[in-house]
Amino acid sequence: MSTDYNAFITEATIEGDADAEGPLAGARVAVKDNISTAGVRTTCGSEMLADYVPPYSATVVDRLTEAGATVVGKANMDEFGMGTTTETSAFGPTKNPADPERVPGGSSGGSAAAVAAGEADVALGSDTGGSVRCPAAFCGVVGIKPTYGLVSRYGLVAYANSLEQIGPIAGTVEEAAAALDVIAGPDPHDGTTRDLADVEGADSDPNYAAAADGDVDGLAIGVPTELFEGADERVVETVEAAIADLEARGAETTEISLPSVEHAVQAYYVIAMAEASSNLARFDGVRYGDRADSDGNWNESFAETREQGFGAEVKRRILLGTYALSAGYHDKYYQKAQDARAWVRQDFEDAFADVDVIASPTMPVLPFELGESLDDPLRMYLADANTTPVNLANLPAISVPAGEADGLPVGLQFVGPKFGEETVIRAASAVEE
Amino acid sequence: MSDTSESTGDAGAAEDGGEGDSAAAVDSAAVAVDADAVRHVADLARVRLDDDEVDAFTDQFAEILEYFEALDEVPETERDEELVNVMRPDEVRDGLSQEEALSNAAETEDGFFVGPKVS
Repeated sequence: MSTDYNAFITEATIEGDADAEGPLAGARVAVKDNISTAGVRTTCGSEMLADYVPPYSATVVDRLTEAGATVVGKANMDEFGMGTTTETSAFGPTKNPADPERVPGGSSGGSAAAVAAGEADVALGSDTGGSVRCPAAFCGVVGIKPTYGLVSRYGLVAYANSLEQIGPIAGTVEEAAAALDVIAGPDPHDGTTRDLADVEGADSDPNYAAAADGDVDGLAIGVPTELFEGADERVVETVEAAIADLEARGAETTEISLPSVEHAVQAYYVIAMAEASSNLARFDGVRYGDRADSDGNWNESFAETREQGFGAEVKRRILLGTYALSAGYHDKYYQKAQDARAWVRQDFEDAFADVDVIASPTMPVLPFELGESLDDPLRMYLADANTTPVNLANLPAISVPAGEADGLPVGLQFVGPKFGEETVIRAASAVEE
Repeated sequence: MSDTSESTGDAGAAEDGGEGDSAAAVDSAAVAVDADAVRHVADLARVRLDDDEVDAFTDQFAEILEYFEALDEVPETERDEELVNVMRPDEVRDGLSQEEALSNAAETEDGFFVGPKVS
């Protein structure tokens, strides 16, 4: 490689099953560094876990290696998944292979950059509020956020459990779908995974790769005005052109309205921060992780360990989450955010009574320049306007390259009904043609 | 579930009279975040901050919390989650060995984790 994009925190090999057959046999996989790999350090992009070596592998890693894929490294990421640019990593930012002056998106920026730069065939990311789809859009590759409960989270270091799913990133829709075929399915180690045979209306034996057939004849596409308003004009034009192309091939578009999504970013951040403040309480320097040299008592030692081990964005979210859950503010922030979440879910359910998929820009902006948003957290949060509603509603979504604007990649997002992965994959595969 | 809000309208009501309990304070439009509040939350969360961080967070939190204010416009919504219990027989299975469980600890003794002194 002539350019070092800093896509990997650790380059290490976990051999896949050499006898396996199938689309992933021999594939090189980059695994986001918050997904546990036995014997290979798993840092979450944090000083806190710089030397942490998991004694077991995540279910998704075992499934990939059993399918013949070889892990080639642990991909860079925003610290604990908290960011939209991969600049909050303690291991330095990743550069966007499409334009090395710009961020690759986040938080799975290393995963998307590894695929875009040809350093991996497939990558795993995790998507809590857009962290697979955003970097896929910014780097010009494909990313899938599965329905909550489709893919096991066993071995994923938790940030916001109720929102996150592991999802694949690849150069084409079919390759990403083939990786989803391998990692999807119930896992006794994760009680939130669902057996599709028990899910009403779901295809109990899906074949995601086969769904990438490009056939959109008769597909009803909903176009929500709220997810286009406020987006960069160049992004809107590129996405609208891609949708018009699908219309020419037999898809029907309808303008729809999702009024609740105006509150999605606020609700998402309140819920995610609240869950983060609880999840990250485990990092106290006793059982694992970095421990500060401290002469203080239990509480002082923890506070120093956490001062030293966490970066600014992680501290910000832990503190805001603690605040939002504290006495006097719980009803104002957390309960209202849960109301908003239920409203968003209801809005999507109503919309899917009339349309098969919902299309929008994945990101309302073009990739930021490196350093541009780092000191302005709110500005970074607002970039998640189109991706966070999907996590709040537990739905499947995909980001597929729609074209370029000013030489930079633009992603088109399709959202589907629960366990409707095949529909979003089919729609996205038509955009590629 | 009952709505605990006492106000019938929202903005426009007089906002002085900062006395009262936290619930009343929460109802007023602007959330005051000062450096002491940031320090208090950091203390609750067991995260030590230096003075520069406190200053930066005070400004950023004010801006972010003001943005979160828009949640007040969200209507109370029926939350009928399709939650089902997931049960399995409680069977003995292999877990981590003691050695594996201790392998990432900063300090161990006789097969135990060693933590900081309690007081």
